[in-house]
Amino acid sequence: MFLSLMIFVPLVGMVVVLLLPRDQEELAKKVTLGFTLIPLLLAVILFIQYDRSVSDLQFEFDTIWIKAFDIHYHIGINGISVTLLLLTALLGPICVLASWRNIEKGVKAYLALFLLLETGMIGFFCAQDLFLFYVFFEVTLLPMYFLIGIWGGPRREYAAIKFFLYTLFGGVLMLIAIIAVYIKGGTFDIPKLIALASQEGHPLADRTFQIWAFLGFFIGFAVKVPIFPFHTWLPDAHVEAPTAISVILAGILLKMGTYGLVLINFAMLPKGMDLFCNGEGRWGSAFAILGFVNIVYGSLCALAQKDFKKLVAYSSIAHMGFVILGLAARNESGMNGAILQMFNHGVISAMLFLLVGVVYDRAHHREIGGFGGLGSQMPIYTGITIVAFFASLGLPGLSGFWGEALSLLGAYSIFPKLTILSTIGIVVGAAYFLWTLQRVFLGQLNPKYADMPEINRREIVTLVPLGILTIVLGIWPSFAIDMFNEAVKGLIAPLG
Amino acid sequence: MDTLNNVQSIRYFIPELILVVFAAGVIIFDLIGRQEGSRRAAHLSLVGLAVTLIAVLLVGAADRSLFLGMIQLDSFAVFFKVIILITTAVTILFSMGSEELDPRTRGEYYALLLAVTLGMFLMASSTHLLMIYLSIETVSLASYILAGFLTHSPRSSEAAFKYIIYGAVASGTMLFGISLIFGLTGTGDVMQVSNVLAELFSSGGGDYQLAVLVSIIFVLAGVGYKIASVPFHMWSPDVYEGAPIPITAFLSVASKSAGFALFIRLFYLGFRSANVVESVDWPLLLAVVAALTMTVGNLAALPQQNVKRLLAYSSIAHGGYLLMGGVLLTAEGVQAILIYLIIYLFMNLGAFFVVILIAEQVGSETIDGYRGLITRAPLVAVSMGIFLFSLTGIPPLSGFFGKWLLFKAVLTKEFYWLAIIGLLNSVVSLYYYVRIVKAMILDTSDEPNPVSFSIGSRVLLLVFAVPTLLLGIVCWTPMYELSKASLGKILG
Repeated sequence: MFLSLMIFVPLVGMVVVLLLPRDQEELAKKVTLGFTLIPLLLAVILFIQYDRSVSDLQFEFDTIWIKAFDIHYHIGINGISVTLLLLTALLGPICVLASWRNIEKGVKAYLALFLLLETGMIGFFCAQDLFLFYVFFEVTLLPMYFLIGIWGGPRREYAAIKFFLYTLFGGVLMLIAIIAVYIKGGTFDIPKLIALASQEGHPLADRTFQIWAFLGFFIGFAVKVPIFPFHTWLPDAHVEAPTAISVILAGILLKMGTYGLVLINFAMLPKGMDLFCNGEGRWGSAFAILGFVNIVYGSLCALAQKDFKKLVAYSSIAHMGFVILGLAARNESGMNGAILQMFNHGVISAMLFLLVGVVYDRAHHREIGGFGGLGSQMPIYTGITIVAFFASLGLPGLSGFWGEALSLLGAYSIFPKLTILSTIGIVVGAAYFLWTLQRVFLGQLNPKYADMPEINRREIVTLVPLGILTIVLGIWPSFAIDMFNEAVKGLIAPLG
Repeated sequence: MDTLNNVQSIRYFIPELILVVFAAGVIIFDLIGRQEGSRRAAHLSLVGLAVTLIAVLLVGAADRSLFLGMIQLDSFAVFFKVIILITTAVTILFSMGSEELDPRTRGEYYALLLAVTLGMFLMASSTHLLMIYLSIETVSLASYILAGFLTHSPRSSEAAFKYIIYGAVASGTMLFGISLIFGLTGTGDVMQVSNVLAELFSSGGGDYQLAVLVSIIFVLAGVGYKIASVPFHMWSPDVYEGAPIPITAFLSVASKSAGFALFIRLFYLGFRSANVVESVDWPLLLAVVAALTMTVGNLAALPQQNVKRLLAYSSIAHGGYLLMGGVLLTAEGVQAILIYLIIYLFMNLGAFFVVILIAEQVGSETIDGYRGLITRAPLVAVSMGIFLFSLTGIPPLSGFFGKWLLFKAVLTKEFYWLAIIGLLNSVVSLYYYVRIVKAMILDTSDEPNPVSFSIGSRVLLLVFAVPTLLLGIVCWTPMYELSKASLGKILG
């Protein structure tokens, strides 16, 4: 019931916000903040209570939902989902704070949709029933469409529908795979299906079936991650979305893709995974190659961007590539690296988008070349940006380093050549971040921005917790790894 | 199963008789005391429908064959009768507020609606080829007039004219097919047709293969015309666009439902043994028709600017989705059709209701007329959003649950390609449904004034929107049980 509370508190918040009188915008914001702080509080309790020494599901709750098809409302978390749940709960209130001043029209609707989105995301990470999993997966679509489409930038409508169509396209292929799995396995229960899939002789364990089902799920998640060549919606959506929504998009929604890959493709369809990850045969490196392409292609694209936000968006594609590469390795360090990278990228990209939002709110443009010398004008802002940039480019001592290092370490033992080539991405990553740093913050102050106000207290409150996390995890990564290490061991145990 | 003679049958035929009485009564009543702006005819028709509904439920599913095997009274028929009654009642409610209908001719209009309802009742329960033909004709003839009821509008006349021509060709073709079947089997009773065909093939009736194939395809033309499946769909966009909007809503739900009732009865009872025809893969043929129907419907809907026409194409596409459930001739498939029809009733009628409201209050049927609706009429805009996303099949709206069942039925028999085409079609359909949503919610209107709607309209809107939102989440088990019970003896 604990998790249910966490899932549905934002939904209750949505109803409350909608019932508030129209002119009470400040109150609506405060109420929303309150309703996002409750999941955060619950997440902190989860963090304390979660038993790190076992890989089984915890806080499980299972009740029948639709009897005719044996569809359950089955929720529960393992180490991987709890990590992402913490991230989701943390970004909730931060995003509400980030929207405080720069959402002008339809504040109530914005907040209500945001709360609905939060319910969808939390539910997604808790679902242990495939049907429920799919429903939560898609529930995030509608609010996201409106949040980008109504409150976004000039090309918001194009970006919103592109996001919607891409994700739905992936989603329907996944739906076919879900129904096929249900027909073969006779249940929607994810733990049961995972057990059945490794039982020799069971129809679910059939290799050909697993490969096709793998492809269905993979495309569904690949659109979300996004994996090249399904990534083209991402730069558009990010550039157009309001700051807080970019934060959610990069911080959580992309993780839904990689989380799905771990939960379904990795755990439930091991034979499909094996075909694409074993490093042998025609397809053996396919998964890793996709990771490599994401890293290098994303970095090179980021290097070419003139728009600050688009640069961060492409850097997201590159960083998600490390997750894919780590997953492809299917060993302890690769998996740990991948999941750590998911969490870290959530924190760091959230910071980056918030930082972009700060200058955009002041200058109303995001042209990297249009600033210059902001370092002297906004020292605190510059300081935080430097932390985020260095964390993102993988400087040892900050959190970004560990995820990438472990992923590469894991991948090296299986795909040595690809791993070495992938490090190009890190070099390019350093290049574009440092170059941006130079163009925006160093040099002569652009006289146009001589009276640019320093970052304000509310903005600092949104950034500081994330900044502290990057530093803490940079020094003490096992703080996070301990959460999911057992779950990872449980996942790779069947592989021997 | 009892087969009753004509006299014994009467007491089980009371609902239909009530409809006849009220249809005649409405005309007389209207002629006697006609007053300007009076809604008495509508009220009387509603009373008639309510009495009929009670009678239908009281008579119940006795599972008897009436009038010496002409029609069958079973739970399957009752299910469709209730769906048809609800749709007719809703259509009357829509028509009462409609300003496009000439108030002087309201009496005839409602009488005709009741007559169509009667025809659809018969369509849902006929088990004799002759009766099937007669019931289709009853529905068609009255529908032609209703489609052309806007006498001042050339488009409405055009609609009626097209409807007649296509209808005449389709029913003629069907009649020819029926005569061939009668010639081959010597009987018109659907059950016996099935038995005779089976006998024919078991005794090496290879000579008849072509004749059976041709005649069944001819009969399919008549049914396909009613459910607007490719290639018999051409009439529907023009008719839907030209007809009064309440009639469009009526045709898109009730006519389609009755068509599916007939389709299921014919194919599951009558032609089941025609599966023996080795050279023809029935499921494949129907699957191709289903795939074409939804693809053509969706692709044609993409460029539409007129919302009524857009919904017309969308309802062709939905005919294709529904047909997926009929492809495999399985109980699971029929059940999926029944459940989808319940959900479709709410979401499609709801969408048409919004079209009516906007046509009357804003004066536009094009997408541009919907611009900025979210600020002008939030309830209508949000409801329309719910209907459209449900028609797309986005969870957790009920349309998703219905579609899920249809796809599951198809995948159980490993028709992967059909499921993939169907689901990709859903993605395509999102694009045109979202164009309306975009106009309503993302765009801003030049006219900021709020649009007001009567309390009754708002309540009626919620009657559609709330089930569309919640039916799938909370009511699935009852719907499943209901559809299971409604299968009756159809699938033995």
